[in-house]
Amino acid sequence: MSLSDEVSVEAPAAKLSIKGVSKRFVSGKRSVHALDDVSLDVGEGEFVCLVGPSGCGKSTLLNLVAGLDLADSGQISADGIPINAPGRDRMVMFQEAALFPWLDVLGNVMFGLRRKPGLTDAERCKVAEFYLRLVGLEKFHRAFVHELSGGMKQRVALARALAPNPRVLLMDEPFGALDALTREQLYGDIQRIWQQRKKTIVFVTHNVREAACLGDRVVLFSPHPGRIREQFKIDLPRPRDINSVELARHTTAITAALKNHVRPEAEVAE
Amino acid sequence: MKRVGLAALFFAALFVGWELLYRSGFWSPVLLPSPLVVGRYLWEATVDGSLLSATLVTVKRLFLGYVFGLLLGLPLGLLTARFRVLADTLGLMALGLQALPSVCWVPLALLWFGQTEAAMFFVVVMGTLWSVIIATDNGVRNVPPIYARAARTMGSSGLHTWLYVIFPAALPFIVGGMKQGWAFAWRSLMAAEIYVTILSGFGLGHLLHYGRELNAMEQVIGIMLVLLLIGLLADKIFFSPWERFLHHRWGTAK
Ligand SMILES: Nc1ncnc2c1ncn2[C@@H]1O[C@H](COP(=O)(O)OP(=O)(O)O)[C@@H](O)[C@H]1O
Ligand SMILES: [Mg+2]
Repeated sequence: MSLSDEVSVEAPAAKLSIKGVSKRFVSGKRSVHALDDVSLDVGEGEFVCLVGPSGCGKSTLLNLVAGLDLADSGQISADGIPINAPGRDRMVMFQEAALFPWLDVLGNVMFGLRRKPGLTDAERCKVAEFYLRLVGLEKFHRAFVHELSGGMKQRVALARALAPNPRVLLMDEPFGALDALTREQLYGDIQRIWQQRKKTIVFVTHNVREAACLGDRVVLFSPHPGRIREQFKIDLPRPRDINSVELARHTTAITAALKNHVRPEAEVAE
Repeated sequence: MKRVGLAALFFAALFVGWELLYRSGFWSPVLLPSPLVVGRYLWEATVDGSLLSATLVTVKRLFLGYVFGLLLGLPLGLLTARFRVLADTLGLMALGLQALPSVCWVPLALLWFGQTEAAMFFVVVMGTLWSVIIATDNGVRNVPPIYARAARTMGSSGLHTWLYVIFPAALPFIVGGMKQGWAFAWRSLMAAEIYVTILSGFGLGHLLHYGRELNAMEQVIGIMLVLLLIGLLADKIFFSPWERFLHHRWGTAK
């Protein structure tokens, strides 16, 4: 595989299919029904946002798609191939950047690449540099993790996730811990990169506005047990501005639905 | 440079103070020799080679036992962190033995191995091993689980994860344990050398012991200075670079 293959967009985005997935966590006597009969299809190159209050199983579902966990029942597949372990075709970005402090920025981005066969080290280095440039950190190759701001850390994490050229990007509240200004910059960047790199993205957040800004589709979850309640298609042109009026219209509708679905449930659960 | 100057000034003042105390004649010169006499002893011992050979004997014992203790302790610590059975058995034993003052191994070593190099080796290993096991185990348990999860998504698993993720992530703890192990090993080796004669080699501890037997206070103090110097050098040569590395990478305040 050559370098141009590696950074070309030709690793096509994958189609995800989630069918009747349930997951329980049992610890001692307590048992949490994290996901109950969840079904969801994500198209090739689609940007899907999962929203819902905390505890409704969003991270659990993402981990199942990542292959970090196994479902109790149901089927998850990427392009028809069942998922039962992590794979380079699905990369994950976590809320905490989870960068390795003993490696510099370049080393972090290289970590996944080094596990990828068929490349020379020089090519891996070139690939890593390509993605660091893509996220705007070409000047920080040799910086260490503690020297970066929260936003820069998430950019490195994004470069690290993109570097093995996955077909699916799984993002679990990646901007949750950032300040509003940094977040807005990243909304722009992630939309640009998504359009450039043509990935299928599943993006978890509890911020409805963020979901409406980024997603082609917003999937609403409710907790206890975790279920999909409603889905919203967002057909605004891109790139979208988080502060636009049209966006606010969608946000209002989703927020209303969220309150509608979650309130009664929460009261029952108390 | 300023710091070096200050340190030099401080120690010069210390020696001057010592010399003044000696000259005041308040203590018998047998109990408190002049620093110049101590210096003369050190010079003579260096010239006749006895100091160098004793230093080599001691440092070699320390180094062999310490390295062996590390090589054994690191993997054992990783294993106790990984397998509950080992944590409940070996891990518990290490925890207990680590709390035991390592000098306590000296009588046992003498009974088992006699007055031999093996006894010295054993004492140093026992000083090192348990601290290193405990620190490594502890370090691994403190690695944020998210690191291993992130590594898994990037195609790392099994031994690769242990070598390239868990181990480096646990390094700050491990270096702390290495340092403690070194301190224990060094102290117990000195105790052993002072109290036991090992015919295969006279270490610094023996010189210290003979200094007392001969009532040669300048020898006792001179050897103590050498021991102090070795301790300082070990810190600067072995541990400071590690700590600088950790400080640099992790950004931990120190
Ligand atoms: N490893 C786990 N062990 C036990 N309970 C868990 C575990 N992971 C998640 N849960 C529980 O499952 C539910 C869903 O969690 P999660 O998927 O993290 O929700 P969300 O990401 O939507 O906030 C929560 O009630 C949580 O406490
Ligand atoms: Mg979550």
